[in-house]
Amino acid sequence: MSWKTLKDDLANHGYVASDDLAMALHLAVTIGKPLLLEGAAGVGKTQLAKTLAELFDTRLIRLQCYEGLDAASAIYEWNYQRQLLAIRAATESGAPGENIEDRIFSEKYLLARPLLEAIRQDKAPVLLLDEVDRADEEFEAYLLELLSDFQVTIPELGTITAQTRPHVILTSNGTRDLSDALRRRCLYSYVDYPDRATELAILASHKPGLEARLCEQIVGVVQALRREDLEKKPGVAEMLDWAAAIAGLGINDLAADPVELQATLVCLLKTQADRAAVPLEVQQRLVGKAA
Amino acid sequence: MRVTRFPDRQTITERMAGFMAHLRLNGLDAGMAQGETALAALGAIDATDREQVRLALKSVCAHGAEGFRAFDDLFDSYWLSHGRRRERSAGMHDAERRLPRATSSIREMMESRTGGGVPHVPDADGEGESEGDTGRLLASRIEAVRRSDLRGLTTPEELAEAEAVARQIARSLRDRRSRRRKAARRGALLDLRRIARRSVAHGGDPVELLRRRRPDRPVNIVAICDVSGSMTVYARVFLAFLQGLVSADSRTDAFLLHTRLVRISDALRDSDTLRAVERLSLMATGFGGGTKIGANLKAFNDQYARGMVTGRTVVLILSDGYDTDPPELIGGELARLKRRGCKVVWLNPLKGWSGYEPVARGMAAALPHLDLFAAANTLDSLAALEPHLQKM
Repeated sequence: MSWKTLKDDLANHGYVASDDLAMALHLAVTIGKPLLLEGAAGVGKTQLAKTLAELFDTRLIRLQCYEGLDAASAIYEWNYQRQLLAIRAATESGAPGENIEDRIFSEKYLLARPLLEAIRQDKAPVLLLDEVDRADEEFEAYLLELLSDFQVTIPELGTITAQTRPHVILTSNGTRDLSDALRRRCLYSYVDYPDRATELAILASHKPGLEARLCEQIVGVVQALRREDLEKKPGVAEMLDWAAAIAGLGINDLAADPVELQATLVCLLKTQADRAAVPLEVQQRLVGKAA
Repeated sequence: MRVTRFPDRQTITERMAGFMAHLRLNGLDAGMAQGETALAALGAIDATDREQVRLALKSVCAHGAEGFRAFDDLFDSYWLSHGRRRERSAGMHDAERRLPRATSSIREMMESRTGGGVPHVPDADGEGESEGDTGRLLASRIEAVRRSDLRGLTTPEELAEAEAVARQIARSLRDRRSRRRKAARRGALLDLRRIARRSVAHGGDPVELLRRRRPDRPVNIVAICDVSGSMTVYARVFLAFLQGLVSADSRTDAFLLHTRLVRISDALRDSDTLRAVERLSLMATGFGGGTKIGANLKAFNDQYARGMVTGRTVVLILSDGYDTDPPELIGGELARLKRRGCKVVWLNPLKGWSGYEPVARGMAAALPHLDLFAAANTLDSLAALEPHLQKM
């Protein structure tokens, strides 16, 4: 499979990828390296993993990272309640102690968290480590081990080695810089806001019913908004929401009713300051330019 | 567009190694492992198509947004031309080396007790002026010291006071709670994993209750002190302050900033005070000269930040914000520093003056990136920082 076919396949599944991104993903899949995606929120980093899982017809296993994430909630944990019950039941029936220990530290009592889950699949899943930059540095160290060997050691059970290598995708919003060691192990791609043509293609593939002229207007306004000085620039997902809202309200021309249009901007502008930064006049100027 | 001609006997591997060296020269992190991955990547694509090779190598070698943007030019300059080598000069040191050596040195600053060249500032309430031997007056004299502008502080006792305040601040900053939990004898949460393990020995009854809590994690401090011309009058007290910070904790690092950035932590730790002063004055060749805050922050980010700034670091900047670099540079570099997850505290001696507005363009550019912007013109104002810093 060449990277062009991958790009086309993604497009057929509704994800329009840039050349950079398609090539990085192609390499990640063929040479089996994790892929690190960085970029602003809402440019489709997480969606790429979902689409890839759909494309390969495999499971998407997702680990949302946060500050304080530890091995127990990322890799595995024993099911203590069941263990305690089993111990109690065994003592009452008078079974010897050694057997109990063997039994309660068996697979049956193991709660697999996303990372362990991912390496125990028969068919290589897509493992999405979302917002790695939020997890703390100690967790990054765990990840390094997992990403280089794809194995997990559980003291009571032994080492579990991956049956198939998962396709690993890491995303980061840049709340803090990731360690160089982690970066070095990954392929990298920076996902930017799509350019006009790409965004039109995205809109067309998600909302095929919209008129071409309206699409041009929608994309034009969103692209212009991103050039304004906003706290939170509207992402692709917001653009699609907005398009859905406009279609739902039956608006055929953005310039037709500025007041109604202003009300729909809630889909794009998500903070009070941003709402205030785009009053009716600015909105009309943007629409006027896009038309 | 001309394609670079390589010697015929050079293999692909050698050329690739050359390319990696070229990337390294231009500041990208490309090592052995990247070379191997790059060769593997060439196997996965059509290596005769220049665009494909470019895209593939880009995803292998660019490890961050910066590298990602710079890559295309670097690629062109290696494979598609000859001659053009380094895009970016290694640093600004070459330009600075030619600057004349400034005459004033830290030794003068530290040794002159009468405050030669230090303008005398009357105390706020005039009590410092009254001479007397009674205990009450002595006490109020200390009071006055703490409230008077730091420019007037010159005696060893006053400097010792500054050092003590600094130690106190360093202590208050040091411990910050971690969010992860560790096993502990007392704690709010039960540690089920260990309870289950131990209860096996008691036939399944959880006899021992083991607990987990959030351990304290040390915070480390990096202090950057501006000793340019406009800050000269404060430099002695701030040096004492740095000394206090550095001596309170072995992880603290201190830097001086003038036209260059100088690391002085080791010199400040020197137990032999005279030798410490000697070392400081050797390092401070630009002391009292112009300021290049932006360029120095950049140097700090490039050189030191990677190793010493993490999410548990507080970066203290002592400066008045008068800068000869363009203000965008300060803003950009502070933003870059913040991305490492640290807290940035800016102590500005001018802020304590009534009617002060951060109009210095550098200061204005820095403001949005600061976690705390505070006055530092009296010892009291330094001591008042403690509760604020504890909250961070």
